[in-house]
Amino acid sequence: MALSSEQLERYSRHIILKEVGLKGQKKLLNAKVLIIGAGGLGSPAAMYLAAAGVGTIGIADADEVDLSNLQRQILHSTSDVGKPKVDSARETMEALNPDVHVIPHHLFVSAENIMELIEPYDFILDGTDNFAAKFLINDACVLAGKPFCHAGIIRFHGQLMTYVTGKGPCYRCIFKQPPPKNAVPTCREAGVIGAMAGIIGCMQALEAVKYIVGAGDLLTGRLLTFDALDMEAYPVMLPENPDCPVCGTHPTILRPFDEGMVECDLR
Amino acid sequence: MFILPSFSFVRGEKGSEAMKIYVSGKVTEVEEHITISQLMKQQKVETPQYVTVVVNNAFLPMDRYECFWLKEGDTVEFLYYMGGGCDGTEQ
Repeated sequence: MALSSEQLERYSRHIILKEVGLKGQKKLLNAKVLIIGAGGLGSPAAMYLAAAGVGTIGIADADEVDLSNLQRQILHSTSDVGKPKVDSARETMEALNPDVHVIPHHLFVSAENIMELIEPYDFILDGTDNFAAKFLINDACVLAGKPFCHAGIIRFHGQLMTYVTGKGPCYRCIFKQPPPKNAVPTCREAGVIGAMAGIIGCMQALEAVKYIVGAGDLLTGRLLTFDALDMEAYPVMLPENPDCPVCGTHPTILRPFDEGMVECDLR
Repeated sequence: MFILPSFSFVRGEKGSEAMKIYVSGKVTEVEEHITISQLMKQQKVETPQYVTVVVNNAFLPMDRYECFWLKEGDTVEFLYYMGGGCDGTEQ
């Protein structure tokens, strides 16, 4: 596949990078990335992946745009309030880059649909807002052998890590199960600074791009924590967990399951 | 350079002296004879029962928080559950 002269110009700042080059840009154009959650994390991730020319971007979300989303969910505009987030997301991404084929998935992820949903994609970004979904995405990606990037944000804090089969622990190795409902502070109760979603969501996009073009070191075996008040990023080295019920040596989770709908944030 | 390690060892034998550990990558001075539970209180760790603890690059099970005594140079990480995009709507 040869790039058109317009594409050569659009992606010139990528192509000039030795870590990307024409070869890497072609890989991006052929890549398929799924973003689960078109919210605070999914917004910047989706926009940078679209701008980067990731050829196919799936976006999964069942929600509609709410006025309280706009403080950080930059995929959506004031005129989008009430509209399904996946539709608003698609319009924003297609306007940004017509090279991108956007596939909206207007649904909540569940044990029923997750394996089929992730199957066509090369890399998955978890931008969900609840722990049941986070554990479900983890388990499904581990079982399907799909690389994915987890992220979470609250107040002025953020975290992210990447899972690649055989390259380090999964999310369940660290956090065995979702916390009980209302046990840990949620963004709704505790708040979150809008730009934190931008920082962490952009890092997720960066992990996807690095994975696709094969550049640098991914956040496998490390949980990057970011404190915006101190303006410090700190990577925590993660131990292996051979007893992990999904990726360990004797797994007991053999298919995805719904975690009793434990929410990060219930209205 | 030569004297320091043995000196700190002797101080360690006496007890109730300060020692240096690493908490979230930062040098932290704490009193000797401190457990993970006590450190969590001192560090004002929020919802400690839902925090994953890593000591010297190994996961520490919760039932050992009370009986795990820290020593000079130990590294401690507290890993917190963090939700995500936080749309504020139900799934």
